Amino acid sequence: MSEFEPRIVAFLCHWCTYTGADLAGTTRQQYPPNIRVIHLMCSGAVDSIYVLKALIDGADGVLIGGCHPGDCHYQTGNYKARRRVAILKGILTQMGFTEDRILLKWISASEGKLFADTVTKMTDDLRKMGPNPMKQLWNA
Amino acid sequence: MGKQTVLKVSEGKTEEAIRDFLKSLLKGGVIEALLVPKRLPSGDGFAQTLIHDPEKMDGACALSLTMPVQSARVASHLSVKNLNKRIAAVLKPCEIRAVVELTKFLQVKLDHLLLIGVDCPGTFEVADYSKMIQEGKEGGKLEGEILKGMERGEAVSPEGYGFRPACQMCEYPTPTADIHIKLFGYKTEEEVGLEIGEKLEKEMEEKGLVSYAGDGPSSRREVVGKVVAAREKKRDEAYQEFRGVVKDLQSFLDRFSTCIRCHNCMVACPICYCKECVFRTAIFEHEGDQFLRWADRKGGIRMPTDTLIFHLIRMAHMVTSCIGCGLCDSACPSRLPVATLFRSVGDKIQKMFGYVPGRDVNEVPPVATFKEDELKIESGAL
Repeated sequence: MSEFEPRIVAFLCHWCTYTGADLAGTTRQQYPPNIRVIHLMCSGAVDSIYVLKALIDGADGVLIGGCHPGDCHYQTGNYKARRRVAILKGILTQMGFTEDRILLKWISASEGKLFADTVTKMTDDLRKMGPNPMKQLWNA
Repeated sequence: MGKQTVLKVSEGKTEEAIRDFLKSLLKGGVIEALLVPKRLPSGDGFAQTLIHDPEKMDGACALSLTMPVQSARVASHLSVKNLNKRIAAVLKPCEIRAVVELTKFLQVKLDHLLLIGVDCPGTFEVADYSKMIQEGKEGGKLEGEILKGMERGEAVSPEGYGFRPACQMCEYPTPTADIHIKLFGYKTEEEVGLEIGEKLEKEMEEKGLVSYAGDGPSSRREVVGKVVAAREKKRDEAYQEFRGVVKDLQSFLDRFSTCIRCHNCMVACPICYCKECVFRTAIFEHEGDQFLRWADRKGGIRMPTDTLIFHLIRMAHMVTSCIGCGLCDSACPSRLPVATLFRSVGDKIQKMFGYVPGRDVNEVPPVATFKEDELKIESGAL
């Protein structure tokens, strides 16, 4: 059997992290191809249902990328995203599901290197963690 | 703090005395109409009723022992659009706390809605209450016994029956309201307490409906404390038991394996107010191929699907505002401990934000606000 390759679903905000990911590409940063990017206008637009649906349907990890605090294009979307992610993590932790599969990260449009490093590290971490048990629950 | 007074009860007819007081609000023109639980003609249950004519108050019972609907929902329907005359609603503490949450979400308008809160000994399941009445507790006998118990803070249910589990673990037996009808600690055959909030204290006195006097029995504080302590104990036991059973997602799914995804818990919930709920949209109408792909990956899938996501997302969306009325429990045809789930998980999440749902209309729900410097979750752990 081939080695386990994690799959990451990423929700990236248009103004910072998505542009940062673009920069990672144009500056030829290398990062693992384990990530599938979904482009949103703001991290504040990420509902917990997106994250959970990804995890139940087969993602091993979810990355939510937004602007640094104070830099949100819509003023406060990232702060609200942070609360929402904290609530979801709190619920999942109490359900005995490791919150480490969900990563909220502030990456600006100029931080292409940081984006590449984040994806590399997250892929490594998930590889160690192994497949997401949630996707195998027959009655989920 | 509002102003205190007592309501004298003659011949031990507590229910009538409260009813006469409510009637005086209608007659005195304090309110145009009153929402109050009314005993059903069959005598074995209650229904919230909007009464306009003071002569139609027969059967109105402020201390109704069932909660067929969360009246915060009714208050929402009544007040949210075009309510231009002042009305009052007689509510239980949990209903008032739900009203407070819905007010924050702009689903209730308190401009013309007065809240009349009644001390709550707990409520029974509708079916249980009906059975008790049929077994010979008619004519307010059951209410009488429970009222007697409330003086000492020991409201006991008849043998073989129990208060709803959510009520047994509810640490808010007393409401915050514009008019507060106090029962705990009072010798209710002789008098019940009244506290009139700021909004009404002048008007009520000017109209000659009340005169303020006395602080009520000194034992009240102690009695309420005793009730709260007993319920907190029960609550913590319930949390512990539940957390013992639900350790991981698999054990959660095992415990909730009889969930038929009827959405009754969602419909009964006062906090779930969205007009268009995501679980009622086409997002969850999957294509046949999709089911087959899932079945292929997992070897087989349980039908109907999406049980886990339903409960987890409902929690993620409203657990910060869960006031613990337990109507989700009562609505569940599979008798699943939905309320215990929400309360036990919600407890920790609410504490994370120092938020107590239903405490104060002026507080902002955690999901609608933020602090710049909080929740260092960006780099990993909470």
